Amino acid sequence: MSGGPNRRAPHRAGSRGRHEFTAVKLLYFAWVRQKIGISHEDLTPPASVTTVAALVDLLRRRGPGYEAAFRDVKLLRVAVNQQHTGFESPIGPDDEIAFFPPVTGG
Amino acid sequence: MSEIRIQAEDFDPGAEIAALGNGKGTAGAIASFIGLVRSDNGLTAMTLDHYPGMCESEIAAHAAEARRRWPILALRIVHRVGRLTPGERIVFVGVASSHRQAAFQAAEFLMDYLKTHAPFWKLEERGSGATWVEARLADDESVKRWL
Repeated sequence: MSGGPNRRAPHRAGSRGRHEFTAVKLLYFAWVRQKIGISHEDLTPPASVTTVAALVDLLRRRGPGYEAAFRDVKLLRVAVNQQHTGFESPIGPDDEIAFFPPVTGG
Repeated sequence: MSEIRIQAEDFDPGAEIAALGNGKGTAGAIASFIGLVRSDNGLTAMTLDHYPGMCESEIAAHAAEARRRWPILALRIVHRVGRLTPGERIVFVGVASSHRQAAFQAAEFLMDYLKTHAPFWKLEERGSGATWVEARLADDESVKRWL
């Protein structure tokens, strides 16, 4: 399991120059991790990818595991920098973006 | 005092409850909840997956919200992760307050938010294989009463 308590304050995409876009950290949990086959990876998306939804479109084309995991985003939830958010949410440099099914703890 | 722990090891409910009493005599009520693994439909084991860091921060945010809503003297939440078998303890929520109503309500509020917001996932094992538990609509409905 990766992740770790590396806390970062949430920030808005565009708060830094887009030309500086560096890697985002992606985390996958539960069946999302099983379908994709890895728990985490770093990815440097093209500058045009500024929202979670655009990132999902990019990820979906990375292979059959990704295609299976992201086939129906209604089954998925997303957190940016460890905060629950929506797929329309902006993403920026160094963000930690996690994809997972609805939670079932307790 | 709020204590939040995520751990693989079991916990001692008596010790957790005892720790909620501050010994000063101000706490008139302690409400506690313990969730256990059920052996429903031939379940043989359950593995709790979680998002380290976000689990702690989500639970801490809801503990702070509970403290805004009720006069809480002490609060403890312990959630286990890893592989558990039927009968084992999964979660402990305990709240101490001056009076019972606040303690009961805050404990229920914390459990409702934990179930619907804290990033844990259950993988159930049965003879037929392992399946991820789907979120329950009833839990989403239950949390709405606190909005």
